[in-house]
Amino acid sequence: MPKLKSAADLEKLRQEIQNKAQGKKVVSVTNGADGRARGSQEVVQALVKEIEKQGLKDKVLVKSTGCHGFCEKEPIVVIFPEEICYVEVKPADVPEIVSATLAQGKIIERLLYQDPNSGKRISKESEIPFYKAQNRVVLGNNRFIDMESIDDYIALGGYSALAKALTKMTPEDVLSQIKESNLKGRGGGGFPAGRKWETTRNAPGKIKYAIVNAHEGEPSAFMDRAILLGNPHSVLEGLIIGAYAIGASQGYIYLRHDSPQTIDVVNKALTQAEHYGLLGKNILGSGFDFNVELHRDIGIFVSGESTALMTSIEGSVPEPRPKYIHTSVSGIHQRPTNLNNVETWANVPLIIGKGVAWFTGIGTEVSKGTKIISLAGNINNTGLVEVPMGVTLRELVYDIGGGIPGKKKLKAVYIGGPLGGCLPESQLNLKVDFDELWEAGAPIGAGSMIVMDETNCMVNFARYFLNFLADESCGKCIPCREGVYQMLKIMNRICQGEGREGDIELLTEISVVVMDASLCALGQTAPNPVLGTIKHFRKEYEAHIEQKRCPTGVCQMLAVVGRG
Amino acid sequence: MSEVTLTIDDKEVKAKEGMTVLEAAQEAGFDIPTLCHHDKLAPYGGCRLCTVEVNDGRRTRLVTSCVYQVKDGITVKTESEKVVRIRKLLLELLWARAPGVQALRDYGIKYGIDRTKFDIGPTCCILCGQCVRYCAEVKKKNALGFVGRGIRRQVMFFPEIAVEECAKCGGECFSICPTGVLPSNYALTQLPGFTFPTRFLG
Repeated sequence: MPKLKSAADLEKLRQEIQNKAQGKKVVSVTNGADGRARGSQEVVQALVKEIEKQGLKDKVLVKSTGCHGFCEKEPIVVIFPEEICYVEVKPADVPEIVSATLAQGKIIERLLYQDPNSGKRISKESEIPFYKAQNRVVLGNNRFIDMESIDDYIALGGYSALAKALTKMTPEDVLSQIKESNLKGRGGGGFPAGRKWETTRNAPGKIKYAIVNAHEGEPSAFMDRAILLGNPHSVLEGLIIGAYAIGASQGYIYLRHDSPQTIDVVNKALTQAEHYGLLGKNILGSGFDFNVELHRDIGIFVSGESTALMTSIEGSVPEPRPKYIHTSVSGIHQRPTNLNNVETWANVPLIIGKGVAWFTGIGTEVSKGTKIISLAGNINNTGLVEVPMGVTLRELVYDIGGGIPGKKKLKAVYIGGPLGGCLPESQLNLKVDFDELWEAGAPIGAGSMIVMDETNCMVNFARYFLNFLADESCGKCIPCREGVYQMLKIMNRICQGEGREGDIELLTEISVVVMDASLCALGQTAPNPVLGTIKHFRKEYEAHIEQKRCPTGVCQMLAVVGRG
Repeated sequence: MSEVTLTIDDKEVKAKEGMTVLEAAQEAGFDIPTLCHHDKLAPYGGCRLCTVEVNDGRRTRLVTSCVYQVKDGITVKTESEKVVRIRKLLLELLWARAPGVQALRDYGIKYGIDRTKFDIGPTCCILCGQCVRYCAEVKKKNALGFVGRGIRRQVMFFPEIAVEECAKCGGECFSICPTGVLPSNYALTQLPGFTFPTRFLG
C-alpha cells in the first residue's frame, strides 16, 4: 500500500479493509500483560493452530487484543459477530471452542461468565454486569483491535478525525473545539487541556514539542497501559491532532522501559503510521509535518513528573526542575512543550470526530466525558472500568466492582494512588468528578482506586505508600528526601509497636513543611496518605501508639517491617 | 535589560529583569540562608532553605528564591512565620543527616536550632550538589556525580575520570564544599595500588 496522500485515499483504504473482513468471524483474545500472566499467549497460539487444523482459516480471524478491562477473568475470548464471551479460557478449552462455537455456533455453557449473585450464565460480553454500567468510549474499541494492526483501527473509523482536522479545520478551530469541550487532563492535575495547548501555541519559538506521558508508575494504576497497548493508534491520532493545533513538529511518547510489550506495540504502531504517511512529511497532503519518537525512562517513579520527564528526554538524569515558568512555555531545551497523559490524548480524536456536543453530553457540570478507573484491592471485579464522570463511588464499588469478597464491610477507598487521598465508607456517595473529589481531599489523580475492607490496617497501608514514595524520591531536595524518610521511620516504628506519644503531631508537622517546601509534585503530595489516614482513622493510629495494638492484626508488633 | 522594582521586607529594591529574588535580595543586603546556591553555578533549588513568601498581587505563595525570577511589583517576605517554620525543620532534618557541618551550626544559631528531634544518621554530606555541579558546569569534566536516589543518594567520584582530571584541576571542588568532607571521598580514588577493572576502561 503506497502512502496515503489525501483524506480520500484514507477512505478508500478503509473501504478495502472493511471489504476484506466482511463475513468473517472474529475471535478476540485479551493478550495484554495481565492476560499473558494468565496464559493468554498459549490460548492464542492454540486457537491459531486449531483453526487451521479444522480448516476454518479463511472464515475466522484471530485477534490478539489488549485488555478489555475485566482483568479478574482473563484470558477472555470473545467471538464476533455473536459477541459470545468465554472467561478464564485455558488452552485445553480451545479445540471445543473451535469445533462447537466457531464451526457450529453452539455455546459452551461452562465457559460463560456466571453472575455470582444470581448464578445465571451470561453469554454476551456487554451484558455482564461489570460492563453493563460502564460507558466505554475510550476502551470500548480494544476488543475489536489487534494490538499490532493499524488496519483494525482504520476499519473502525480510525484516523478519520485526523483527516477531518487536517483537511477541514484550521489549527485554531481544533484548539477552540478542545477548549469548548473542557477536556481536563487525565493524568492527575485535571488542568484543562485546551488552555495548556493554547499556552504552548502562543508561546514564542519556532520548534515546539508535544508529549504523550505514558509513564504510569504508581502501584495499582494500569489504565494508560491498557489504552496504549489495546488501542495505540487512538493515542497517536490524538497526538497528531494536538500537534497540529499547537504547531508542534516533534512528538514524543514517553514510556516505561520495563513494559517491553507496550514498547513493542508502540514501535510497531509508529512504523505502520509512518508507512501509511500518517506521520512524517505532508500528512494526508495537508502540508503538516510531524514526527514521533519513542523515549524510554530509566525506571524511577518521578520521571513521570513533567519537568523530570523533559529533563530525561534531553538526555539527563530525570530530576524535576522548578517550573515557575511553565513547561508549556519552556520545556524540552527551553522550548514550548505540551505534555498530556495517554488518556487525555485518546479522548482527542473522539471529540474532534464525534463533536463537542457529544462529549459534553457525558459527565457532570464541571467534568466532562468519561474516566477510566483501575479497580484494585479487596473487590470482586478487579479491572479497568470506564464510567461517565458523575458516577458515585458506591456504584463503582458495588454495581461495577461487584462488592467486596466474603461480604466483608467496606472500610475506605483510596483514590489517586500514593499521591491521592482516602475516603471512608461514609463518603462513598461522592461522585467521580475532578472538583468534588479534590475538595474531599482525595484528588482523582490518574484514576486508580483501591478498595479496603474491615480487615485492612490503614496505618500500615499509609506506611506502604510512604515507603514507596521514600524509595522513589529522587533525593534532589531536602524536604522530600529527608522529610519523607523521617516520616517513614516514624510510621515504621508505629507499625512495630514502638510509637511514641506525639508521633501523630510530629508526622503532621513534617507533612506541612514537606508539602510547602518540596520542589515537585511528588514531595508536595507525598504526605497525603499519612494525612488522609490520620484525618479519617486517627483512632487506629492511637491504638497503635498508645495501646501498642493493631486493631486489625495486620501490623506485627515488634517485628521488623520494611526499610528504615 | 529593563529594571523592575520589588519590595523585600518593606524595603523597596531595584533589580534587573531575569535576576532571581535571591540575587536581588543579596544585592540589597538581605541575608537569605542557602546551602546549595553558588554564584558561579546555575540556580538549582535543592536545599529549599531560601524559601520565601511572595505576593504577586494575585496570591501569596511560598517560592524558592534562588530559582524564582523577580517581577515588577512583587512583595517578598524573607522571614515570615511560615518561612521560619520551614527553615527550622529543614535544618533539623539536615542536622540529623550531618550533625557536624559548620554551615548548619551557623544557621542553627540564627534560627535557634542546636539539636534535632530525629535520629542522627551517619553521613557528613548534605548533598547540596555544589561539587557535582561545579565539576559539570564550570570544569565540564563530570568527574563526580550523584549516585542512587532518595535517601540513598550520595556523591561519588568516578575513578576513571577522576584519575585523569582531578590532579589537573587540583581539587577546586574541595574549596567550595561547605562540609569539608569531600577530600576524603576523593582520597579513596587515589589509594596506592588502586587499579581499575579493565571493563571500566573501555
